[in-house]
Amino acid sequence: MTNRAELETINMERRNALKTGGGLGLLTMFGLFGLLHSRAALAEWNKTAFSSKSMDEALTALNAASPENSADAIKLTVPEIAENGSVVPVTVVCNLPKVEQISIFVDKNPNVLAATFTIPQGTEGLVTTRVKMGQTANVVALVKADGKFYRTAREVKVTAGGCGG
Amino acid sequence: MDMNRREFLQILAIASAGGFMLHNNESHAAGNAARMYDLPRHGNVSLLHITDSHAQLNPMYFREPEINLGVGAMSGKPPHLVGNALLKHFGVKPGSPEAHAYTSLNYIDAARTYGKVGGFAHLATLVKQIRASRPGALLLDGGDTWQGSGQALWSKGQDMIDACLELGVDVMTMHFECMYGAQRIKEVEEGQLSGKMDVVAQNVKTADFGDAVFKPYVIREINKVPVAIIGQAFPYSTIANPRYFVPDWSYGIQEENLQLVIDEARKKGAQVVVLLSHNGMDVDLKLASRVSGLDAILGGHTHDGIPAPIPVKNRGGTTLVTNAGSNGKFLGVLDFEVKAGKVASFRYKLLPVFANLLTADANMTALMQRHRAPYESKLSEKLATTDGLLYRRGNFNGSFDQLILDAMMKEKDAPIAFSPGFRWGTSLLPGSTITMDDVLNQTAITYPYSTVTEMSGEQIKTVLEDVCDNLFNPDPYYQQGGDMVRVGGLEYTCEPGAAMGKRIQDMRLNGKPLDASKTYKVAGWAPVTEAARDRGGEPIWDVVARHLRNEKVVKVTAPNVPKLKGVAGNPGMI
Repeated sequence: MTNRAELETINMERRNALKTGGGLGLLTMFGLFGLLHSRAALAEWNKTAFSSKSMDEALTALNAASPENSADAIKLTVPEIAENGSVVPVTVVCNLPKVEQISIFVDKNPNVLAATFTIPQGTEGLVTTRVKMGQTANVVALVKADGKFYRTAREVKVTAGGCGG
Repeated sequence: MDMNRREFLQILAIASAGGFMLHNNESHAAGNAARMYDLPRHGNVSLLHITDSHAQLNPMYFREPEINLGVGAMSGKPPHLVGNALLKHFGVKPGSPEAHAYTSLNYIDAARTYGKVGGFAHLATLVKQIRASRPGALLLDGGDTWQGSGQALWSKGQDMIDACLELGVDVMTMHFECMYGAQRIKEVEEGQLSGKMDVVAQNVKTADFGDAVFKPYVIREINKVPVAIIGQAFPYSTIANPRYFVPDWSYGIQEENLQLVIDEARKKGAQVVVLLSHNGMDVDLKLASRVSGLDAILGGHTHDGIPAPIPVKNRGGTTLVTNAGSNGKFLGVLDFEVKAGKVASFRYKLLPVFANLLTADANMTALMQRHRAPYESKLSEKLATTDGLLYRRGNFNGSFDQLILDAMMKEKDAPIAFSPGFRWGTSLLPGSTITMDDVLNQTAITYPYSTVTEMSGEQIKTVLEDVCDNLFNPDPYYQQGGDMVRVGGLEYTCEPGAAMGKRIQDMRLNGKPLDASKTYKVAGWAPVTEAARDRGGEPIWDVVARHLRNEKVVKVTAPNVPKLKGVAGNPGMI
């Protein structure tokens, strides 16, 4: 945080770059999707986990049947109340050594597992994404670090809105 | 000023002789009134605070709630104290002018005795007086200042912007200000306010990359002491209000980011760090326990006139939490003694603004007249008179909201009506004329569309449960700071301490239980969706005005409120 101003500047540059080079950015993104659909990625697709209807089922499918609860090891950032249930921002940070995998669940979604990220060795344990939520539910973060599973959860309220103030 | 004060004291004396109030003797009353604004300076860093004036430029009446329930850990604690419980907790003398300002006790008689409150011309005099004894003091505006009257609505807040500049506001944050649209507030910030007033909000970011939209904070020197003022806009602006006004912005409480901002301000040398907050007091109390490094949170949104700060312990020490009421009724004065780079002691006073005790500032009066002129004929239209007290504030309903509900049910031929649980809106004493100005003081928003919706009994229950959870969720971070949606026609029981989905019980229409699968016609207003905006229903003030012109005399009846369960003895109700 010593250099917020600098960060802001970088953000603005990034924004401008994306604005002016929108086409290029989009191409890059498609490129990434292409990569994800490569044979290697598909081989790792855990169909059972992603079709799971319950947390227990999904955790079992990820071989994480009884993860350790730890709000200290994992920092999960979500809004208390979703501004838009279709795109709820979720950030998971884990500073434990040897983070291998980060997964995000929404416990009341039809399919509870929203995303799983494989973290290459030597990479910072940080992911940020957006998930879709149809109703008030717990967002659960599951981290595999050095072979061991940790989890933490926070409730995100999805509300009809109005009547405030 | 002499005339006004003499009149005021005379009234006090008469009232006193009449025996229904207030002081033991005349000289006591006179002494108290004279001392009201005689506030000796303490220390070297002073912050003056106004919040939630809701565009009330003129003195008016504002009745505080007789019901403001706290649930769970908040039960029986400020701000969830009303009436005598509040007076007792804060050691305010019953029957004093302050007691009238902070409570609804003996409201009509006391309001007639003490007269109108607030008003920017009177506030300006008070601010000048307090500033004269506190060189370098900063004036902070917690937001919900540019909205709440017809004049503010039609001028897109211009009357209030000019009034705040005249008043000398140094730093502001916001809520309804954003409901004039993102472009409006940015254009004012970067134009007229530039170099004069800072708009701060650490919790407003672009929805795409999370870039800051406003300065998160500013550091200003007060008597050579660097003071950081961090802004906290209303966190649920895009949920409680229409998101389409600020489609590219994201809000939220953003506790983690706040901690980073506090740490950064401290690192830059700030010796005093305060949060100018529009969170609402329950949220502020929780926030104060979870972040460290704040000397005070100067709060608003929930319109709680809290006489003394609530000290909250956290891992870094203690943070003071204040809330400065609404409608221009109060001026908060926070004095810090800063020694050896940190706060050594403080004093706080929430001064009620009694219009009869202060002269109107001439410049502000002229400014107000200038802004009023174009709208005068429209606003001064006399619509009806009221035979009873009209007020809004209270957890479940108020007589002014009941009037709005009655107007909707009649004009829209609907057996059930919903009206939002806003906490702004002035009061009218029995016998008053109701003007268009008064109606707009209850309704002036940028999404005033009236609606008629076919809803199933089940949907009605879902809506009531949803709003009730915004009010009574035991975790303050899930509260949005408004009151319960006002309900016309439908009777129900409410158990605030129950879990969500179980609070709303025994819903009845004309004595018969509501059928979950049957469809009912429900009138409402202030919808937050774009679809409702595009349908463009008749503005609610036109519906109410038409009703009033027909009625001519409003016979005030007890507002429709739910039967309450599980709150007997709660000091949050009289």
